[in-house]
Amino acid sequence: MSSCSTRCKLGFVKFAQTIFKLITGTLSKDKIEDELEMTMVCHRPEGLEQLEAQTNFTKRELQVLYRGFKNECPSGVVNEETFKQIYAQFFPHGDASTYAHYLFNAFDTTQTGSVKFEDFVTALSILLRGTVHEKLRWTFNLYDINKDGYINKEEMIDIVKAIYDMMGKYTYPVLKEDTPRQHVDIFFQKMDKNKDGIVTLDEFLESCQEDDNIMRSLQLFQNVM
Amino acid sequence: MAAGVAAWLPFARAAAIGWMPVANCPMPLAPADKNKRQDELIILNVSGRRFQTWRTTLERYPDTLLGSTEKEFFFNEDTKEYFFDRDPEVFRCVLNFYRTGKLHYPRYECISAYDDELAFYGILPEIIGDCCYEEYKDRKRENAERLMDDNDSENNQESMPSLSFRQTMWRAFENPHTSTLALVFYYVTGFFIAVSVITNVVETVPCGTVPGSKELPCGERYSVAFFCLDTACVMIFTVEYLLRLFAAPSRYRFIRSVMSIIDVVAIMPYYIGLVMTNNEDVSGAFVTLRVFRVFRIFKFSRHSQGLRILGYTLKSCASELGFLLFSLTMAIIIFATVMFYAEKGSSASKFTSIPASFWYTIVTMTTLGYGDMVPKTIAGKIFGSICSLSGVLVIALPVPVIVSNFSRIYHQNQRADKRRAQKKARLARIRVAKTGSSNAYLHSKRNGLLNEALELMGTPEEEHTGKITSLIESQHHHLLHCLEKTTNHEFIDEQMFEQNCMESSMQNYPSTRSPSLSSHPGLTTTCCSRRSKKTTHLPNSNLPATRLRSMQELSTIHIQGSEQPSLTTSRSSLNLKADDGLRPNCKTSQITTAIISIPTPPVLTPEGESRPPTSSPGPNTNIPSVASNVVKVSAL
Repeated sequence: MSSCSTRCKLGFVKFAQTIFKLITGTLSKDKIEDELEMTMVCHRPEGLEQLEAQTNFTKRELQVLYRGFKNECPSGVVNEETFKQIYAQFFPHGDASTYAHYLFNAFDTTQTGSVKFEDFVTALSILLRGTVHEKLRWTFNLYDINKDGYINKEEMIDIVKAIYDMMGKYTYPVLKEDTPRQHVDIFFQKMDKNKDGIVTLDEFLESCQEDDNIMRSLQLFQNVM
Repeated sequence: MAAGVAAWLPFARAAAIGWMPVANCPMPLAPADKNKRQDELIILNVSGRRFQTWRTTLERYPDTLLGSTEKEFFFNEDTKEYFFDRDPEVFRCVLNFYRTGKLHYPRYECISAYDDELAFYGILPEIIGDCCYEEYKDRKRENAERLMDDNDSENNQESMPSLSFRQTMWRAFENPHTSTLALVFYYVTGFFIAVSVITNVVETVPCGTVPGSKELPCGERYSVAFFCLDTACVMIFTVEYLLRLFAAPSRYRFIRSVMSIIDVVAIMPYYIGLVMTNNEDVSGAFVTLRVFRVFRIFKFSRHSQGLRILGYTLKSCASELGFLLFSLTMAIIIFATVMFYAEKGSSASKFTSIPASFWYTIVTMTTLGYGDMVPKTIAGKIFGSICSLSGVLVIALPVPVIVSNFSRIYHQNQRADKRRAQKKARLARIRVAKTGSSNAYLHSKRNGLLNEALELMGTPEEEHTGKITSLIESQHHHLLHCLEKTTNHEFIDEQMFEQNCMESSMQNYPSTRSPSLSSHPGLTTTCCSRRSKKTTHLPNSNLPATRLRSMQELSTIHIQGSEQPSLTTSRSSLNLKADDGLRPNCKTSQITTAIISIPTPPVLTPEGESRPPTSSPGPNTNIPSVASNVVKVSAL
């Protein structure tokens, strides 16, 4: 009721303003809101030496990374929209936005909604040059959507569905409705040692280290840079 | 994948770790990163301006010149940079494309130059960004239209060597400037159209009274005279129509065309009147038919380009006109209804029905206001004023669109005419330049010959006779000389060729050969004896010999465009020798055309070349003013 009356009041005020403008012959001006441009967020990363010390990259590699980063995001920070757009360009077949969303949350360690270059480089350093332990920890963080320290089935299903979304519609064999669920079941069978329906970090680390395939695949992107 | 985000590929691949624990099958092997070069700077030197960029930037688009190995062809070992002899301004845009992934089109750049540069660098213009694409397309379309116009007019003026009688007649009808006969016909028909229209008008003017009867219009008083005039006009029109019908390349299409329909409608009433008897019943219909005689005025549109443009504009603005009509109709109906009901109450109102109110609404909306119908009630007056105010608006809105359309088409037309006029002058200048180069060869030859002759005669006069020619020029001349030897013919210039052909037909000249050329053994085998140096005569001019010679020298200097006093003196000395005052007096128009339109140096045959007939009926030009032809721009 109160919202209705406020809306009515706003509408009336607007109407009176329009009549006033009509009578006095004022031309339509730009709205005040439009005049205030979006404040440009500009962020500069810490010095090159500091970053070199913090990460496992060399100076040259940091330079290349920063140039690519700055090219896409001149303001120095990536927001989720840009992140999604960039990531989507690599997967034109399907819809990569959901997975990119989870990725963004994993990168954005401080949960500010924007990823600075330091966060970016730190995460990349772990992914490309980190120890197995660090990588698995990072992956666990990715799967833990609500960051409560446990992965439950729903979170996993979301993640797997996001991965399947990236495949798109035209796959062979044809994607069925419950394929993600089946996939998650297999995963949980492997990971969930005590069968309590959730996977903790230790269970995850243990199970992954037992699996040769996973170990091998973790070393796959060693020489990406 | 946009190449701009290629830099993020490592990130995307790293993020793939998230899939690993989920996956059930083993992953494929990663591709080995062979010959991984450190990112290095490349220097691109474009006409002296140095651009530098990373190698990987350029490699983002591997199917362009800069992104592929094609650029190695431009690599300069000494300076260790890539050198391109192209426009640095456009290169700026090209390089920005590599950097940002967006290709922009600078507005100040010429469209064809830009296209050329893009073609050189192997970039498709279709990837121009949205911000600049519209502008690019507009300019490109404009340019294409311009070129098409040029080509069209070129095709029209191309000489068709043998036209049948029918084709010449059609050309004469369509383009009256082709021959004098066509021009005469054009003006005669125009005159008769005017006479016919004026006759129709004057026929109805009351012409003074014959005593004993009421005032008669002129048509009935002098009916015989008017009838004769009408007959004459209709006969001319009929003959013209039949001739056009005969000459038309496609008679069916001609019959269907608008102009022919107008022609038919213009002359039909006369024949129908002849055929019909003076019956009372049909004379009413006959009178109506006479109205159609006024359509003769539309025949003027063949004569006036402005009328044609107007007609074309109206046709192209059909949608705007339609909108105007529709909105007017809507407004008329609304206001007529309102006025009718408003005025229904008042007594003795003229607004008897809604259709009757239409008249009032139209007169009011177009602000005519005859005053034969006026509202009397207050409501009627209020609505009447609203009606007149809105009428102005509704009519004023589509009119600027039509006007701008007309203006655009008119200017386009004027531009086409201007371009045609300029083109003639431009082509003439180009031809003059071409003859300059061919004359240069001939002159150097004569110089060489003269030198030889002088050496033979043993007089080492004027050491600077032989002008120091550049290496390129001498090589070019050598090439032409080889061609001469190969074909066993020689290059000479136009005037001498004309002379010689005339002389060979006239057979009354002393066959003197200049001493210089007699020293050349190979020349005697030529078909057309052409070595007697006669001065060409200027057509339609009766200048004395000295004036003639000086004019010729003048023309030589003019054509050559360079100061070569020694050459001219030598040439004039040659002329002096052979000048024996015999000048053929035939005033062929061929010579005029030869001077204006000079093709590449002729390989000689005695028959001569076919000269393309000039299309401009302008007066014969004098030689010194070769470049400024008289060109007619068609006036409205």
